[in-house]
Amino acid sequence: MAKANEIKYLTAIKSDKRVKKYCRFKKYHIRYIDYKDVEFLKKFLNEQGKLLPRRLTGNSLKYQRKVSDAVKKARQMALLPYVTDLLK
Amino acid sequence: MNNYELMVIFTPVLSDEEFKAEQKKYATIVKNAGGSVTAENAWGLKSLAYPIRKKTTGLYWVLEYAAPSEFNEKLKTQLLRDENVLRHLGTKLDKYAVEYNQKKRSGVPTGTEKVVEA
Repeated sequence: MAKANEIKYLTAIKSDKRVKKYCRFKKYHIRYIDYKDVEFLKKFLNEQGKLLPRRLTGNSLKYQRKVSDAVKKARQMALLPYVTDLLK
Repeated sequence: MNNYELMVIFTPVLSDEEFKAEQKKYATIVKNAGGSVTAENAWGLKSLAYPIRKKTTGLYWVLEYAAPSEFNEKLKTQLLRDENVLRHLGTKLDKYAVEYNQKKRSGVPTGTEKVVEA
C-alpha cells in the first residue's frame, strides 16, 4: 500500500538544470573579430556555411553583429564559401 | 592619419618576381602618399573558396598601413585598374584591431584560442 503523504507526478520532474548560455566575447574579453581567422569564424557557422543564430551561440547583439560583418568580409575575399555542403 | 588594412588577391599566373614587384608597387604608393607601412604579410598561393574570374587559386597579400583618409580612394582606383588584382578589401582598424594585429604578429596569444578549443 502506498503511503498517504507520498506525492505522485504524472510526468517525471526535470531535475538537471540547463547550463546558462553566455557570450564568449564578453567572457574571454575579445574586442576585435578578425575576418582572416577562418577557423575561429567557423565556430559560428553551420554545415552549409550559414551564420548560426544568437539563440544557439549565446552571443550578445553587439558581438553577433561583428561576427556577421567578419564572416561577410571573409566570404568576399573567398576565405569562406557563400554556399556549400559539408563545410566542417 | 588612420590605421587601415588592405587585403589583395592577385592572379595565380604571376611569377615570384612579379608577385614581389606588385607588393612593392603598392607599398611604395602608400609611402609616397605620406603614409607608413606597419606590417606586410604575403600569404602566397591559397585555394579560393569559390572561383573568381575562372581561377580557383590566388596569391594573397595583406598590408597594414597608416595613411590619411583621402588616400584610400586613390588606392582603390589603382587597384581596380590593375589587371593582376582579382579582388581587394580595405578595412579600417580601430584601436582593438591594432592591438590584436600586434599580438598576432609577435606571437602573443590573442584570447581567441580558447574559443577555438571549446
